[in-house]
Amino acid sequence: MPGHQVGRSLPRLEAREKVTGRAEYTHTMRLPGMLHAKIFRSTVAHGRIRSIDTSAAKTTPGVHHVVTSEDVRKVIAEPYYGPAFHDQPVLAIDKVHYVGEPVAAVLARDPHVAEAAAALIVAEYDELPAVFDEVEAVENRILVHEELRPAGTFADLKHLKGRRDTNIALDFKLRRGDVEKAFAAAAHVFEHTFRTQKVLHLALEPFASIADWTETGVTIYSASQGPSFVRTEIARLLGWPENRVRIKVPYLGGGFGGKLYIKLEALATALSMIARRPIKVAASMEEQFYTITKHPSTFRIKTAVDRSGRIAARKCEVYWNGGAYADIGPRVTQKSGFTASGPYDIENVWIDSYALYTNLPPAGALRGFGVPQLVWAYERHTDIIARELKLDPVEFRRKNILRDGRPHATGTVARDIALEAALARVADRLSWSRPIERGTGSVRRGRGVAIAMKAVISPTTSVANINIAADGSTTLYCGTVDMGQGSDTAMAQIVGEVLDMSAERVRVIARDTDVTPYDMGTLGSRSLFHMGHAVRLAAEEARDKIKALGRDVGEPEGSNIPISELFKKKYGMQAGNIIASGIYKPDYVPPDPATGLTPNATPFWMCAAAGAEVEVDIETGKVRVTRLVNVVDCGRPINPKIVETQISGGALMQLGFTLFEKMHIDAGQVTNASLADYKIPAILDLPQIMENEAVSAQQHNGPFGAKGVGESATFCVSPAIGNAIEDACGVCLAELPLDPETILRALRDKADAPLGDA
Amino acid sequence: MTKRNISFTLNGEPATAEIEPHHNLVELLQRDFNLMGARESCGQGMCGCCTVLVDGTAVSGCLYLAAFVDGAQVATIESLADGDKLSPVQEAFIEAGAFQCGYCTPGFILMATQLLDENPDPDEDAIRHYLSGNLCRCAAYPEIIEAVKIAARKRKAA
Repeated sequence: MPGHQVGRSLPRLEAREKVTGRAEYTHTMRLPGMLHAKIFRSTVAHGRIRSIDTSAAKTTPGVHHVVTSEDVRKVIAEPYYGPAFHDQPVLAIDKVHYVGEPVAAVLARDPHVAEAAAALIVAEYDELPAVFDEVEAVENRILVHEELRPAGTFADLKHLKGRRDTNIALDFKLRRGDVEKAFAAAAHVFEHTFRTQKVLHLALEPFASIADWTETGVTIYSASQGPSFVRTEIARLLGWPENRVRIKVPYLGGGFGGKLYIKLEALATALSMIARRPIKVAASMEEQFYTITKHPSTFRIKTAVDRSGRIAARKCEVYWNGGAYADIGPRVTQKSGFTASGPYDIENVWIDSYALYTNLPPAGALRGFGVPQLVWAYERHTDIIARELKLDPVEFRRKNILRDGRPHATGTVARDIALEAALARVADRLSWSRPIERGTGSVRRGRGVAIAMKAVISPTTSVANINIAADGSTTLYCGTVDMGQGSDTAMAQIVGEVLDMSAERVRVIARDTDVTPYDMGTLGSRSLFHMGHAVRLAAEEARDKIKALGRDVGEPEGSNIPISELFKKKYGMQAGNIIASGIYKPDYVPPDPATGLTPNATPFWMCAAAGAEVEVDIETGKVRVTRLVNVVDCGRPINPKIVETQISGGALMQLGFTLFEKMHIDAGQVTNASLADYKIPAILDLPQIMENEAVSAQQHNGPFGAKGVGESATFCVSPAIGNAIEDACGVCLAELPLDPETILRALRDKADAPLGDA
Repeated sequence: MTKRNISFTLNGEPATAEIEPHHNLVELLQRDFNLMGARESCGQGMCGCCTVLVDGTAVSGCLYLAAFVDGAQVATIESLADGDKLSPVQEAFIEAGAFQCGYCTPGFILMATQLLDENPDPDEDAIRHYLSGNLCRCAAYPEIIEAVKIAARKRKAA
């Protein structure tokens, strides 16, 4: 069925490899002559390294090398990396900044030997006071780093260079209208503080990188969501041109933002330079807890409402707990920070968003780039306001919702936001206009809704190449990482749509920086839009070149002879190629540094709404989600089935972050760093009823009307459930997760019979 | 370390290996037989990514010592397809879109196969309980339930 590829629910192109166990992942890859590296990690949250005794490890039979930062600096003089700040050392230098920070590495042919020897290393530290809480970190009494080291990649971070005596890695401000005046004039003012906890991506394929370095070049196999970025960063660290650095990425066993930017690649490269052999660094599940996490956050939000129920002003102070290294935290602080006032039409907005260093494992992007933390706060807050004003929560939102053609808080006029439609679908599916049965005995029933929108990280660039062989077969070279979201399939559908061939016939060459061109990264739901456009442009150029070839060999316009015949006519045999390329970067205007305002903050908005019905057992605090409705606006779905599974999967992941997932931390030490103690949603955690929907919509500037969907269904789950719990049993919850203990404590507090500490 | 030799049947073929006492089944399959479908993830028997059938029973390959398969029948995900012909469960997983990243998929497919061997017509509750020991971080659970139902129908029709 050639043509008409967009809109097909085609099974994933790699489906067969995945069901037969043949799909390749870095964590299970091996190279001839390879050594395994095992990491020795810091046991203190903040301290000066007094000594590292590696003698017992070095004399362990089978150990090839024991490496500390002293050895690393002999091969890489300035071994600091990171996307926003060059603050993270390959191995700790002079100081450690969190429990779990890599301090030394042991190399052996047998991974068990490396692991046993790593356990023989003894490090001594002069412990320093540590800071763990993001709000305490603002006071700067305990400093995590002496000096800020912005990478220079982002223009708006350059002013931070050399800044001292601060834990604030970035302070983003947005000022619109006159907030103070609006508060003074307001009929009602509401103020709350909300918090979110530290949680983990927990991809089932843990982090893994294999580096094979020689004097002429380095090849790195890596479980990475951003091979182009890794290439640039490794080239910078080595002082090499990019063409001597090759990054290959097979399928990823989950990413969710964790495998972005640079993780184990620099360490693997340094170790390979030292050992002059291929080195594999493969993390265990436990080590994932010490690599990258989601940002915990504190959000103080204050809203003025006028007599008619209109939101007149909103003031937001958001503190992001970035942990010991900035990773992409400063981007989260700004690029999501500017949406902190929510999807509402508000004249007066004040946002302060702070990226904080603390002595915790670093935090980065996790499926939503900070937006789920914001939505938890602003949609709980909005619901509490409606409740206190005795307004219907859906109606109150409708009254204040941002509509197409109206300016968002940034000043960017919203276009193609099917937000109201999404809210309407949720209300409809919940039969909102009809009262619900409230439960009997110890069971109380309630329901809640939430809405949200998110900008895509801008500006970013994607490039795609297409090669048509002389037999007419078509190959797409695309750096987007398929980590389960189905991008290879969607990109093949776009090629097929333009070139009028079935997507199954398009071969997608994935993620090898020697052959696949630049892509900024597979993140923030940007790929379908940005890479989708690049692929479309490449396919259109290929189509034009096929037409030109036809003219060249004297075929009449509209001739449908096979492409292979055109090649034969032109070159006298099955020979030649058509090479086409597409490059895409959307327009963007950087925010005014003083006001944070911009006429063009994003090329598209992701919109979402969710509704939840819950049962709360008021004797145990246990919550059962009986219905979860997830509606998103993703424009026109390229592959409706894959879109549906993205909605469902995103919502269920957020369900875990809502109801039970939490990294428990004691003096900087994660005390539940394993799947035995850190629970993620399993099949029995499925809500009794779950409904997923993409509203009928078109993104006018999207490829075939489409836009991203990977994160959208995560946004609203937490507040929809939190609001439903309040509706059910009257407790006002401000902090995630909503586990039975939290709810029972809140119920007992409300009954004036607080639960004692165990 | 004391090495020892074991012999067993692997995916229907006789196999031998020299192992050390601490080696687990996943290491044995990956290192000596290049079978990568059973993968270590949590290392604690909590996730099911390393599921292997030993004498017809699903085990967690990350906890199951290689020494224990001496004399046993071992079957991995790689044995399910008959040449080019996928098993009904494999086909059903594709039809239902019951995976995203695919890392946990072999474990789910082996467990679903074992479920249908024991109970050819499981209801939704039975499916959920039987698969409750396997984890999927992409959370393709609704599609996995659907896939098991499709597979049950396919096996009955066959």
